[in-house]
Amino acid sequence: MPASFGVGPSRGVQELAVEALEFARIQFGSTTIYHFFFVPLSIGLAPLVAVFHTQYVRTGQERYRRLAKFWGKIFLIIFAMGVVTGIVQEFQFGMNWSDYSWFVGDIFGAPLALEGLLAFFLESTFLGLWIFGWDRLPPKLHAATMWLVVLGTHVSAYFILAANSWMQHPVGYTIDAETGQARLDDFLAVLSNPYLVGQFSHTILASWTTGAFLVLGISAYYLFRQREVEVFTSSARVAVTIAVLSSIGVAFVGHDQAQHLTEAQPMKLAAAEALWDTEEGAALSLFAVGDVDAGRNVIDIGLPQGLSILATNELDGEVQGLNDLQEAYEEEMGEGDYLPPVAVTYWSFRIMVGAGMLMIALSLFGLVSSVRGRIADTTSTLNRWWLWSLPFAIALPFLANTAGWILTEMGRQPWVVYGVLRTADGVSPSVSTWEVVLTLGGFTTIYLVLLAVTIGLIKKQILTGPPEEADEEVDEEHRTIAPLGAY
Amino acid sequence: MDWFNLETLWFGLIAVLFIGYFVLEGFDFGVGVLTRWLSRDDTDRRVMINTIGPVWDGNEVWVITAGGAMFAAFPLWYAIVFSSFYLPLFLILLGLIVRGVAFEFRGKRSDTRWRWWWDQAIFWGSLLPAVLWGVAFANIVRGIPIGEDFLFEGNLLDLLHPYALFGGLATLLLFTLHGAMYLALKTEDGGYVQQRAHALALRLGFVVATGVIVFLGWTYLNAVSLGDTGVVPGIIPVSAMLAAVAAPLLIREKLHGWAFVATTATVALVTLTLFLNLYPRLLVSSIDPSFDITIQNAKASDLTLTIMSWAALVFVPIVLAYQSWSYWVFRHRVSRASVEAPTETPMQVLERRRAIADQRRSGTDAEGS
Repeated sequence: MPASFGVGPSRGVQELAVEALEFARIQFGSTTIYHFFFVPLSIGLAPLVAVFHTQYVRTGQERYRRLAKFWGKIFLIIFAMGVVTGIVQEFQFGMNWSDYSWFVGDIFGAPLALEGLLAFFLESTFLGLWIFGWDRLPPKLHAATMWLVVLGTHVSAYFILAANSWMQHPVGYTIDAETGQARLDDFLAVLSNPYLVGQFSHTILASWTTGAFLVLGISAYYLFRQREVEVFTSSARVAVTIAVLSSIGVAFVGHDQAQHLTEAQPMKLAAAEALWDTEEGAALSLFAVGDVDAGRNVIDIGLPQGLSILATNELDGEVQGLNDLQEAYEEEMGEGDYLPPVAVTYWSFRIMVGAGMLMIALSLFGLVSSVRGRIADTTSTLNRWWLWSLPFAIALPFLANTAGWILTEMGRQPWVVYGVLRTADGVSPSVSTWEVVLTLGGFTTIYLVLLAVTIGLIKKQILTGPPEEADEEVDEEHRTIAPLGAY
Repeated sequence: MDWFNLETLWFGLIAVLFIGYFVLEGFDFGVGVLTRWLSRDDTDRRVMINTIGPVWDGNEVWVITAGGAMFAAFPLWYAIVFSSFYLPLFLILLGLIVRGVAFEFRGKRSDTRWRWWWDQAIFWGSLLPAVLWGVAFANIVRGIPIGEDFLFEGNLLDLLHPYALFGGLATLLLFTLHGAMYLALKTEDGGYVQQRAHALALRLGFVVATGVIVFLGWTYLNAVSLGDTGVVPGIIPVSAMLAAVAAPLLIREKLHGWAFVATTATVALVTLTLFLNLYPRLLVSSIDPSFDITIQNAKASDLTLTIMSWAALVFVPIVLAYQSWSYWVFRHRVSRASVEAPTETPMQVLERRRAIADQRRSGTDAEGS
């Protein structure tokens, strides 16, 4: 049966409804972007909660306990959303992309299973212990449970990015001559994929930036109003330090990734720069309006030689252009359109980098203020503006994260596994268009409702502020996470 | 040991993951459904939710890992099952989403309308998956229209035949009873919730036993008519039936701990029966046995299965150890007093906290409940 089994690239596009494919793509894109609002916050906030909790255990200072509880509550709201939207992700591969799943399962499935076994069990069990453990566990052990949650979130990121990296840059596999499936032949190659090294560091640093900017934004909200100054000065200082290190780190790693793209996915790099023809000493585009049909830019303003330097470290390094790559692909793999959506790729790259630059600037300003001990100062106009702007700047990491993933995933099109399997060949052949539309509508509705609820709850949490020792016991919120039967 | 190979090992491990899932999340679902019937007020519902509060998420990871294991060990099975059971899985996902956030969000505001909405989410989000997992597994065993190229050729109605619907009803009732026994163990001795759970279990117990016997009998008849009964040693389904009958008898004697053991055994043995009935198939085709998905035609490469086996060998015991420890930490019963807003003054709270701290410092057991 496997021999006669025509799923996969061989069966081609002819059978499937184009609409089902498009709706399945919209569904994957929207549910993934939504899921990734919460994931980087979980990864970025967990270490901060753990740090504050540890400081409390070490020093016994009340402000650290209040900070651990305050950020912990916000973390829990976000974590819950990450968990429930994450299950959709795992099921969706099989539901909407069954041919893809069949094709890649031998390689792609293992990281997913390992993510469950090594990361999800760890996170969920120890988070349960942390939430309900305040009066149940000895203080040091209790703080340690949060560190295990931190470990879990990072291990989870590693495995899921190992899976994604394989789609970007497939390594360690062969194609089974009999069935046409991809077969694993070197697992270590998959786990040490050169693409993964960059992607993992980039994503983790971006997540820390996201967590730091949330903490910074909310702390600034308080400092701007001169409320709870002592408590929020502590959290702003920790967050500024993390924001500086990680936002600059993200940029450096990103630069490395772009250089890796020159070899691994030249098409994505060319699209991100709207570079149509192969050039030596290519300019770094700042603003371009392209004409895709004609294969050229109508308007193009750029820094001379900038792209060549970025991509190859050489003033006159050669960077391949879209038209030439298209030609080379047609020669190698037959006729077809091998161009990703150029405008989306180009602009998402700019949004990501632009938001990143702004974050670096805001963090550096904060570092200077922090070093001069003036982070909470509202008498200086500049610092006042800075504090005022930070709550709005919470949007920046989300913008950058979303744009980054759109660049990564849309820039890989028309492939789902780069150079190996087309997206169009991965969709579920047995699922009808109306079924995909129905589930898309269902997920969209419930996700929008939950987004409104989540934002409302976080807002309420922010306005309530960090719990006081005394009123915490009568806080109805605390009843949810009461140390049950402890007394 | 010529029957032993990596694909059989993984068939077994995935069976273990689903058994773990149904045993653990089974009582979570039951508790979720029972919040509607065993509570007289908000505090009772809070008590019930908090019996599973620290553990439900960890319980749910069993199915996430099972899904990942299906993907990794039998990619064809994962692909065809998930795309064939498209709408049931969509409804399961909706249920798990609203239920999961409900546990976290419900207590965030005290107005009754807010709580009412999340109580609905917990009830329906527990009921829907409890029914639909039963429907899905009954279908996998009985067979669905899988045709050439292993493509699903049916529609939703093909999944809703009497046997599958009965399977859904059976899992719902069984999980509800399982949840009632969990509540009997985890809520205050002699308290309102425990009394109601006991009373309900008394009435439900024999219905569940009948349901389990009919379901397993029906499964057997289906298998005989298909001409393939898998490798089920008769002792397993018979033990499942005996455990199901034992549960109400133990409940009548107020032996709640043993009754919980009996419902646990029932859930585990019914799931095991279904898997053994399948072996070596993974999904039965109702069109032609040559379209059955089997461990042979769906298996991943030996390399993937070997790597996964080592990972399972190392990490499954670790997971079991810390998950058991977490159950041990939260072994106490949940009382109304522990979730109600305390009537103490802030000074009394501080004194009590100090007393607990002193006790801890002197190394005695601070839990004192």
